[in-house]
Amino acid sequence: MNFMGPKKKWWFIISGLVILPGILSLVFWGLRLGIDFKGGTILELKSKNEKVKTEEVKNALKPLNLPGLTIVSTGPSSFLLKTAPIEPQTVDKIKESLKEKYGQIEEIRYETVGPVVGQDLKRKAIWAVVLACVGIILYIAWAFRNIPKPYSSFKFGLCAIIALLHDVLVVLGTFSIVGHFLGYEVDAYFITALLTVLGFSVHDTIVVFDRIRENLKRLPGVNFETIANESVAQTLTRSINTSMTVLLTLLALFLLGGESTKPFVLALLIGVTTGTYSSIFNATPLLVVWQRRSKP
Amino acid sequence: MKRVYIVFVLILVVAFLAFWIDRPTVKPLDLPKLRIYKELKIRQGLDLKGGVHLVYEGDFSKIAPKEREKAHQGLINVIERRVNNLGVAEPIIQKGQIGDKKTVIVELPGITDVEQAKKMIGQTAQLTFLERKSEQAEWTETGLTGAHLKRADVEINPQTGEPEVAIEFDAEGTKLFKDITQRNLQKPVAIKLDQDIISAPTVQTVIEEGKGVITGKFDIKEAKTLAINLNSGALPVPTKLIEQRNISATLGPESIKKSLIAGLLGIILIALFMTLFYKTPGFLAVVALAIYAGIVLALFKLIPVTLTLAGLAGFILSIGMAVDANILIFERMKEELRTGKTLGAAIEDGFKRAWSSIRDSNISSLITCLILIWLGSGLVRGFAVTLAIGILVSMFTAITVTRTFLRLAVGTRMEKFIKI
Repeated sequence: MNFMGPKKKWWFIISGLVILPGILSLVFWGLRLGIDFKGGTILELKSKNEKVKTEEVKNALKPLNLPGLTIVSTGPSSFLLKTAPIEPQTVDKIKESLKEKYGQIEEIRYETVGPVVGQDLKRKAIWAVVLACVGIILYIAWAFRNIPKPYSSFKFGLCAIIALLHDVLVVLGTFSIVGHFLGYEVDAYFITALLTVLGFSVHDTIVVFDRIRENLKRLPGVNFETIANESVAQTLTRSINTSMTVLLTLLALFLLGGESTKPFVLALLIGVTTGTYSSIFNATPLLVVWQRRSKP
Repeated sequence: MKRVYIVFVLILVVAFLAFWIDRPTVKPLDLPKLRIYKELKIRQGLDLKGGVHLVYEGDFSKIAPKEREKAHQGLINVIERRVNNLGVAEPIIQKGQIGDKKTVIVELPGITDVEQAKKMIGQTAQLTFLERKSEQAEWTETGLTGAHLKRADVEINPQTGEPEVAIEFDAEGTKLFKDITQRNLQKPVAIKLDQDIISAPTVQTVIEEGKGVITGKFDIKEAKTLAINLNSGALPVPTKLIEQRNISATLGPESIKKSLIAGLLGIILIALFMTLFYKTPGFLAVVALAIYAGIVLALFKLIPVTLTLAGLAGFILSIGMAVDANILIFERMKEELRTGKTLGAAIEDGFKRAWSSIRDSNISSLITCLILIWLGSGLVRGFAVTLAIGILVSMFTAITVTRTFLRLAVGTRMEKFIKI
């Protein structure tokens, strides 16, 4: 099998086609940020006996003048209120005004996050991704420092990071689209998933790169393209088998696991799939193109 | 060849210990001579157990910058004392930092009366005694504050039947109180709690023994809260609640059960796949995987790691990475066998050659984990901790354990069963 031949431009084109809608969605619609990032209050209430219409709730709460109020029905008698961050006293007032109308009201969920907390999480998330990337580039550059000249270990690190950014973009783009059409909001769990994808992507890329490193030492004088192709072929079964086992576990979690972890697992499913693809079809061909360009 | 038996026995001992700790009926580890006492229970996080997560921001603007770190710790100490009075099992009180703001994170698992808890934690409980020159004059501070208290107790006034808080001053407070009552005989003295004057009784006699009562219009619950807060000391700075999450317990058991079943199914699928694809070595890898799961769970109990849904996901993901190490090794063994090596040599070379890729890929995952542990808070950190523990343990089980099993089999009658 020849992965690195003239066909390789197709691998980049496929990646481009997959990423493009996501990027457009990110540019035009952005990510729908949850209260973890924006700050805000979520209050889910349930009436004990009566059916509840969101319109009625809206009217009942009008006198309170809640900032940025949206109401979503989550069941025949339960509903979710979302507002900008509000004081606990205001929450009591909300419950009181609804009690007048519906009698017994049960609180199912109550979360409030101040705007500062959200800002801080956003800042930390960006820092985490940047630091992880820098850390990984440095580690790869160091771990591959003994590869024969004229190959540069920094290029290995950078190509791994480009493949990684590809995977992160696919996941971000997908969630931007899902967020726009299905209303899914990005929360702290999502950041965790993103960082896992990042780790897994590099994990996969390094396995292929490790083989290239070994073959470069074993077969001096053979051209880089052949070595890269050979290395991808040699690690192909492993790549597929490993991804299979991880995907099996994730699929089980997605289909049978708790409702609250589903978006998290979905992000991982997408990320692991694209991570496998990118280590074979992006990172390595990129390295080949780059090494060829820089040849004296 | 002897070394391999020693390693094998060590593996058996470690595995036995791990499964011993994993038993649900395990008793706490109690070694009084070494001053070790450890509960061996899996700690469940808020999303599994239900409860409330509160974040308070302290206003340190009136404290000198040098003293702020100390005041932050002081704030945590006071909150800790108050929370201990709530009688919640395994509360978490942590120092936090948001931007340049200092915070305190409080997690109360399994609490039912959240409002009561919030009142107890958030009340500054700064008690001050005020006097005034004449009826028209402003109230001025006397220098006597809650800091001079020895103790506070709830009492029921025998005449009115209303709850009140009896207070007793320390030596310095007793002297101050005596002077104040002397100065203000037949005049009112006001008692201010935080921003409000809660009572202003008229002094009838000079009080020398340093005892008094605070009356106000509180019910028994409020009186109790005030007494506890006075006893545990006032908060050194004003605080504001900036984050609250009530997590209902009904969400927990159902999701944990579902996720566990899903995880179990995932593991069974992996075991089937490995055994079908890699035959006997695959099966041995599954045994190593079982030991792996046992050790990780035991570590969760020993460290202890508070398990959250995100943590559970991290654990399950680390299983995938543990399996990957074995797949890498077995694929390599296959290649070595194809070059015509003997089984023994192929096993040794397979492990040796696969090592560099296992090492490098796991170290880069660990780098990500460390950054998350350092930067992340709450659930993100829980995830990173479980994943990091999983990766470290998997380096031991997927390599040492599987290799020892295979080495033991080579050169014995078992060898003919090893086909890959």
